[in-house]
Amino acid sequence: MSALLNREDGFAGQADAVYESLIRAHHALSDEDSAALNARLVLILAHEIGDPAVLAEAIALARRSLGPVGADAAHA
Amino acid sequence: MTTQPRFAHTPPPGAIGAGRRPVAVIGAGPVGLTCALDLATRGIPVVVLDDDDTVATGSRAICWAKRTLEIWDRLGVGQRMVDKGVTWNVGRVFRGDQELYRFDLLPESGHRRPAFINLQQYYVEQGLIDRAAELGDLIELRWRNTVTGLTQSADGVRLDVATPEGSYQLDADWVLAADGARSPTRTRMGLPFRGQRFEERFLIADVRMKADFPTERLFWFTPTFHAGESALLHRQADDIFRIDFQLGPEADPELERTPERVMTRVRAVVGEETPATLEWCSVYAFRCARLERFVHGRVVFVGDSAHVVSPFGARGGNGGIQDADNLCWKLALVLRGEAPESLIATYDEERGRGADENILHSSRTTNFMTPKTKAERHFRDGVLDLAAEAPFARGLLNAGRLSRPCSLAGLSLQTPDAVPQADGLRPGDVCLDAPIVDAAGRAGWLLDRLGGPFTLLVFAGTEVSGLGQVSGLAPGLRCVVVAERPLAVPGAEVLVDAGGIARLRYGAERSAAYLIRPDAHVAARFPEVDPVRVAEALARASGRAGVAVQEAA
Repeated sequence: MSALLNREDGFAGQADAVYESLIRAHHALSDEDSAALNARLVLILAHEIGDPAVLAEAIALARRSLGPVGADAAHA
Repeated sequence: MTTQPRFAHTPPPGAIGAGRRPVAVIGAGPVGLTCALDLATRGIPVVVLDDDDTVATGSRAICWAKRTLEIWDRLGVGQRMVDKGVTWNVGRVFRGDQELYRFDLLPESGHRRPAFINLQQYYVEQGLIDRAAELGDLIELRWRNTVTGLTQSADGVRLDVATPEGSYQLDADWVLAADGARSPTRTRMGLPFRGQRFEERFLIADVRMKADFPTERLFWFTPTFHAGESALLHRQADDIFRIDFQLGPEADPELERTPERVMTRVRAVVGEETPATLEWCSVYAFRCARLERFVHGRVVFVGDSAHVVSPFGARGGNGGIQDADNLCWKLALVLRGEAPESLIATYDEERGRGADENILHSSRTTNFMTPKTKAERHFRDGVLDLAAEAPFARGLLNAGRLSRPCSLAGLSLQTPDAVPQADGLRPGDVCLDAPIVDAAGRAGWLLDRLGGPFTLLVFAGTEVSGLGQVSGLAPGLRCVVVAERPLAVPGAEVLVDAGGIARLRYGAERSAAYLIRPDAHVAARFPEVDPVRVAEALARASGRAGVAVQEAA
């Protein structure tokens, strides 16, 4: 596959802090509100990425990481 | 509409008038009638068969795009549509009472026509019928003439036609099936109409009232006045308003179209005090579907018989008018023996692209308006919540992507640039309008001088020298010169572009000449007038070059 998506470590040593900020973002939210928050974050971050081809690779990677249930990404 | 016109029906023709016709059009709706006008303006006689004897019931298609108006201008019927219709350029999108954003579909001046007019389909049909009468014997409208059978041979079609006085047969070289979304012709020929059906139900109501809503497209997500997901309001001619209510997939169509129930919904929008009467209403669901091919031997499908879309985006009627615009000049060339029959296949190629584009946009809009899973709803509501604050989210917000002319760039009739150009119009793009002044000093519009025959459009600056040989390049090729001051150019019409708007819009610094198709799309552009290259591009655009479809892709 092509390599538009940066799959190396791009967090410049801040990975733990980034992970923690994602966890904290969901603090005290119900599952429903968490799902809503994630959707909004995805929209904002998709806009930051901008390039649909990069986003497509990100989506494909995420689907693959789900295992067998994610396998029909091409038809999703 | 208070009174519907009734047109005298046509009995079976006797020995006179029963002969073979070049073209028969099935269906006297906006698309069929536009085809008839287009062919007649090119000198081709047309018979139009319609199973009814009146215009459309209810407003039906109401939003007519700039491109449609420009096509109707070419057919001599644009001004009466604009005069009768309601002009608008601006749309507003609300969530509840809060305005999320407004958009202007025509933010620049220097165009004759607005982004849209709203005009009820029955007035559109009446305007086209009136225009047909002005063209004399070239157009024969046969009311209450129902096609009951169709047989194809290698070089024509035989139609069985039933009238109240009996049946007859009509032979035609070509048949245009403009008989609508439920096309009996399509059914008769057994052609599959594949696509996506949407479960969501909508109510549309035409309401007559004096109300001060702005002349803009008003769209609400989760309106305060309606329990459903969305509503849409348009002003039409004669103080009629179109209100569109999204009802959800579970709505009962019979119940929802009862007048009392409809008026309860309407009063919630307009208030109890405003006198309002219900003119027409309909509850509908829709689908996005198309024929795989639009050309089947000598039968060609145009408009809704070939492709259907959701109404959000005004892509149905306007797409159909672009079908007529694309097909009729090709058919006229073929019937006159000036192009091979294979030219008609490019209608499939070009309008197939248009149909796919319209279906794509309209499906995306519908999916945005009707979230079907929790995840879809989270994304949709996220966009709406973010849109008020973050401009980027307004780009994701989809309350209808309104009809635009389809670009035919890269398709087989167009000649690719020898040297790629970023500025101006690409081969395949539709021509842009600009204000001009003619040789007699009269102000006019560039688009009035393009379309009709093939045209070479030359940008000349201030000097005649360096123009090359512009007249007599090819038989039948009209030449229009756009200059900064009046010039004398033998064999060409000279238009003055004092403000430089045309030069700017056409990137005239880099492209001195454009070959314009009869439907006012760019066939080719040239850095200078080179007779050989112009002739090659003209042959290709007329289907005479034997260029494979793939080569241009």
